[in-house]
Amino acid sequence: MDVRQALYNQLILEHNKKPRNFGKLEGATHQSEGLNPLCGDHIWLYARVVGDVIEGIGFEGKSCAICQASASIMTSQIKGKPLAHAEQLITDFRHVVVGQPDAISAANKENRYLGAFAGIATLPSRVKCAVLPWHTLHAAFQNQAVSSTEGDADPIPGSGLAPGAGPM
Amino acid sequence: MIQAPPFDVARLRADFPILGRQVHGKPLVYLDNAASTQMPRQVIDRLVLYQTTEHANVHRGVHSLSQEATNAYEGTREKVRAFINAPSTKEVIFTRGTTEGINLVAHAFGRAFVKAGDEVLITALEHHANIVPWQMLCEDVGAKLVVAPINDAGELLLDEWAALLSEKTRLAAFTHVSNALGTILPVKQMVALAAAKGVPTLIDGAQAALHVPIDVQDLGCDFYVFSGHKMCGPTGIGVLYGRREWLEKMKPWQGGGDMILSVTFEKTVYNQLPYKFEAGTPPIAAAVGLGAAIDYVQAIGVARIGAYEHELLEQATKALGEVAGVRLIGTAREKAAVVSFEVEGVHPHDVGTILDQEGVAIRAGHHCAQPLMNRLGVPATARASFAFYNTPAEVDALVAAIRVVKEIFG
Repeated sequence: MDVRQALYNQLILEHNKKPRNFGKLEGATHQSEGLNPLCGDHIWLYARVVGDVIEGIGFEGKSCAICQASASIMTSQIKGKPLAHAEQLITDFRHVVVGQPDAISAANKENRYLGAFAGIATLPSRVKCAVLPWHTLHAAFQNQAVSSTEGDADPIPGSGLAPGAGPM
Repeated sequence: MIQAPPFDVARLRADFPILGRQVHGKPLVYLDNAASTQMPRQVIDRLVLYQTTEHANVHRGVHSLSQEATNAYEGTREKVRAFINAPSTKEVIFTRGTTEGINLVAHAFGRAFVKAGDEVLITALEHHANIVPWQMLCEDVGAKLVVAPINDAGELLLDEWAALLSEKTRLAAFTHVSNALGTILPVKQMVALAAAKGVPTLIDGAQAALHVPIDVQDLGCDFYVFSGHKMCGPTGIGVLYGRREWLEKMKPWQGGGDMILSVTFEKTVYNQLPYKFEAGTPPIAAAVGLGAAIDYVQAIGVARIGAYEHELLEQATKALGEVAGVRLIGTAREKAAVVSFEVEGVHPHDVGTILDQEGVAIRAGHHCAQPLMNRLGVPATARASFAFYNTPAEVDALVAAIRVVKEIFG
């Protein structure tokens, strides 16, 4: 598969270049720090939830293109939406990047923003980069201050020891 | 005098079956040799021969197979001794790799000779394997880990390092060649400076063994560690050279079979060197494979390998320097064939993924040297590391793949 379609497609490149909702959000009701030790991705997510609606969202940090585009797309997809909608997107995004398209809910099956990440499933070492913002947002909603793509939350168990933590 | 034949890289490449394979439909360009080197047919065949005709446990049986396995295993010890010019095979201890060798010294030497208030001196260039075991030791005994600084080129500030050697320093541990940047340290000079102050030395030779000739007597170091899999041998086998005076004074760090002379419930008499430090059944096949790797590497000659790789380094340094937006990280005057770099505006992992799609295997990340990355102000780098079976055409392929990165992120 051409890497330009699989991974570095126009949508991802464009969101990487001009990330939406980038920056710290004032008055956040929820926030969490996300770490991907494998890649060195390090982001902070902020959300302002009023009632059950996500009225404001922002992220900042340093990360690879996949993570940055993923955070940008995620924030633009859930801004102004109810919490339940966001949680469903989080679940469906995970299905997309681990290569389980059949498990995606009917509501998000045709979502081209999620679809842009389908190619990641063929690159296990990069799945965590894509998942990190979603994972961090979920943690923020659960009031967890810090989250990581390792341990019980590892989308690809065992892959944490692949390129980053490995030998010299 | 017989003149050495020219370096015939095409003939050598033919020894490495894996170099013939493709990745994503493109010929493999393997430039991750600092992480692990590939294995020539001669080593693979030796492993197969051992496993199909000679395997049994070592140092135990009266039967023929056990004797043959022991001969093969101990034969490697002698090959290692000669390879690093150790005075005696008693000073050659097999380990699982460099990391285990350092941990062995941190336990058996460190817990005996490093006390509260003492210092262990390392450098800012070290791999986590030459940081964390000392950190753990210092934490346990209340000693202090002292880190010598480097300059922006990735060179050790030798004067500052020497000034940090004090009457409190119980050990100076440093790398021979930086895994992340390729910097070659002036290890002989460092050992002499340390010895003048009575400070024992450990050299992490993981990145040196295949690329820089090692003579532990000429270096004068007290400990030297390296791994088999970074010199065309198998994983799971490494070597600790230790000066006999220290090894005699150190207690075993693991107990079990093979490291004993006699055992009663009241008292155990430890075995002599080197077996005192080799508890349990060792990785026999891997050791035998290491022996074959040493034969293979010796036949080419480490100095010739280093000289050829240096040509690749010069070509790569020049070519990458000419690509706009590429910044080399680590520009020491003395370098092994490792090129760490950044592509402006592109995360190293994105570089690594795109290069992989072009068939070019490099390492992207912190290279198990996070303190070094922090010192250099980068979260990670992309790193191409060369071996003697790489070619000038592969340097060109690396540069072409980097141009694809720039095109995608343009």
